[in-house]
Amino acid sequence: MRIRNKAWAWQATTAGAVVAVLLWFSHNLSANLAIRGMQVDFAFLWQRSGFDIPFRLVAWDNSYTYGYALVVSGVNTLFAAALCVVLASLLGLLLALMRLSGNPLAVGFSRTSIEVVRNTPQLTQIVFFYFAVLQVLPPMRQSLQWGSGIFLNVRGLYIPSPSGVLWDWIVAGTCIVVLLVAVLWRRFSWHELPRIVVLPPLLVAGVVIAGFTASWELPALKGFNFVGGIRIPPELLALVLGITIYTSVFIAEIIRAAIQGIHHGQSEAARSLGLSSGQSMFLVILPQALRILIPPLTSQYLNIIKSTTLGAAIAYPEILQIFARTVLNQSGRAVEVMTLVLGVFLAINLITSAIMNAWNRRLALQGR
Amino acid sequence: MQAIGRVPVLGALFGTRLNAVISLAMLALMAWLLPPLFRWAFADAVWEAANRAACQAAGTGACWAFIRARFALFFYGLYPEPERWRADVGLLLLAVIGAGALLARRHKGWWLLALITVAPVGGGILLAGGVFGLKPIPTPQWGGLLLNVVISFVALAGAMPLGVALAFGRRSQFPVVRMLSIAMIEFWRGVPLLTVLFMGLVLLPLFLPGGVTVDNLVRALIVMTLFTAAYMAETIRGGLQGVAKGQSEAAEALGMHPMQVQVLVVLPQALRLSIPGIINIAVDLFKDTTLVSIVGLFDLMGVVTQSMKDPAWLGLAAEGYTFAAVVFFLACLVISMGGSLLERRYGQASRR
Repeated sequence: MRIRNKAWAWQATTAGAVVAVLLWFSHNLSANLAIRGMQVDFAFLWQRSGFDIPFRLVAWDNSYTYGYALVVSGVNTLFAAALCVVLASLLGLLLALMRLSGNPLAVGFSRTSIEVVRNTPQLTQIVFFYFAVLQVLPPMRQSLQWGSGIFLNVRGLYIPSPSGVLWDWIVAGTCIVVLLVAVLWRRFSWHELPRIVVLPPLLVAGVVIAGFTASWELPALKGFNFVGGIRIPPELLALVLGITIYTSVFIAEIIRAAIQGIHHGQSEAARSLGLSSGQSMFLVILPQALRILIPPLTSQYLNIIKSTTLGAAIAYPEILQIFARTVLNQSGRAVEVMTLVLGVFLAINLITSAIMNAWNRRLALQGR
Repeated sequence: MQAIGRVPVLGALFGTRLNAVISLAMLALMAWLLPPLFRWAFADAVWEAANRAACQAAGTGACWAFIRARFALFFYGLYPEPERWRADVGLLLLAVIGAGALLARRHKGWWLLALITVAPVGGGILLAGGVFGLKPIPTPQWGGLLLNVVISFVALAGAMPLGVALAFGRRSQFPVVRMLSIAMIEFWRGVPLLTVLFMGLVLLPLFLPGGVTVDNLVRALIVMTLFTAAYMAETIRGGLQGVAKGQSEAAEALGMHPMQVQVLVVLPQALRLSIPGIINIAVDLFKDTTLVSIVGLFDLMGVVTQSMKDPAWLGLAAEGYTFAAVVFFLACLVISMGGSLLERRYGQASRR
């Protein structure tokens, strides 16, 4: 009985202290806001913003509201993060394979680049790509050119844009088929190969086939600017390059650890059953390595989403840059703006870890 | 092919068809990358020049004269020149006590105690001044690599006790304590560092009584400390889980108070187990201190970015950031080396 009382006393004291601090904060906050004649009010989200967002994937002009600016910048954040996740995974896989190849040159190159990249700050790498590489490129008229459709200059990278009815249908169709196959995988018991080995190439193949049917619009210099094609701004390029390279070395180490973590007896057993080296890799080693891989890979993907905020250093219009800088400066609503920005990142993090945890649980169960 | 396979070096490079293809691809990549890099950084580089124009006249490579001209600025920021010895002595104090804690054979505890008391207090007095006849130097004048070191050290020293407390809190049998610890840890781990640095910048003054102004550096220090503490807590929690249950049961059987069991028996073993994780946190923290340059402090990155805007050295981004990268690379190497030393010395007992 006495122990129970003591436990309650402990908890009550802790809770009391936390509540007291929070009350003190909120008292100070309301006093400070009262001096400025303000109160916490989210109504400003419906006000006209009046500023431009230089890069966006959805409709925007300065007559849209502050609230909608959060959507536009949020889409920019997720777009950059998605690009980085795909590219960093591929580059990380390549570096890991080089490291495991046994070829002294490839091992040395992989080890050196991993050590250099992971011991220098990510911010240094991003601003290096932006200020030292992309901002010193030649102007429009002296663009670097590859083939007849790819141009690189100080204003960004210009690539051809595909269009056409057939292109639209084949791309949409491929996406639906890949999604269906992914969901129904277990039902058809196509478990000879792991999904992750089959689905991405399927998607790529579909897009390539669609590419042959599309009519490609090439960017072309008209007067002072390029017309047609797609422009990738240098801010996005630098951010994606910086995050991709930085994260890929961590992913490479994770993949290497996972593959080396599979007991040697597994591949020996596979060989003695008469499986070829490719079969033993894809059917025995990789499915097991994937299971070890997922938890640390998840935290790297979450790091990518968090790292997109570094875009604020080079003015890529992501959430922090647009919302915590432009909108906050214009509206002066510090509490509301920071609450929203922190809330968005917390939500993204919690949702991603929930999804990855669920996937991890399914994979972990599969083997038993 | 067969004959080549038996030669030591050539065999490893060209023994099989696949290996030969990889080797040729790697050789081509290096032939494409390394010579231009070498020419830029060394062969065509300019080491002595008065300004950028003179640099470009002298050679087409890197203008290292820029780094030489701004060297002191990169290390001390705007810390006034006659007082820089104070920064040197402060860093030396930190280095000596740090080395003592790492290398001492006896009185390890005293050295560690000095590291978290004498070093920050002595270093703080030396840097800030205002007592013992030392001229006060306001924090906006602190800068360069000095600032990165100060922030890392303070955040790490503050995060250790906080992290231990949060780790115990998360394992506590009291639901209220556990919930609060989880909320604290997951909040700081769920948001990007830059976002919380912004929060410290714009929100912290609003949460304090009117009229209280908090120094910009102190705001960054508070945020960095709490952020690091959350990650520290998870690492130490991992260490606590790694201590065999028999240890605390044995201590209890000896009649020790539950508090003694945790502090004297479980925690030392847990910390020993978490050394690799703590070193990782220290390296990440040191790299992350560059983020304070985005919220208006002039650490090494901030000073480099600022120096590139100087008309005499306009736009020498490649040189400036390469230098910063090399400095951080070396510093991280030192931290990792100190870490493995720490692991060898303090991790030893558990291996026996």
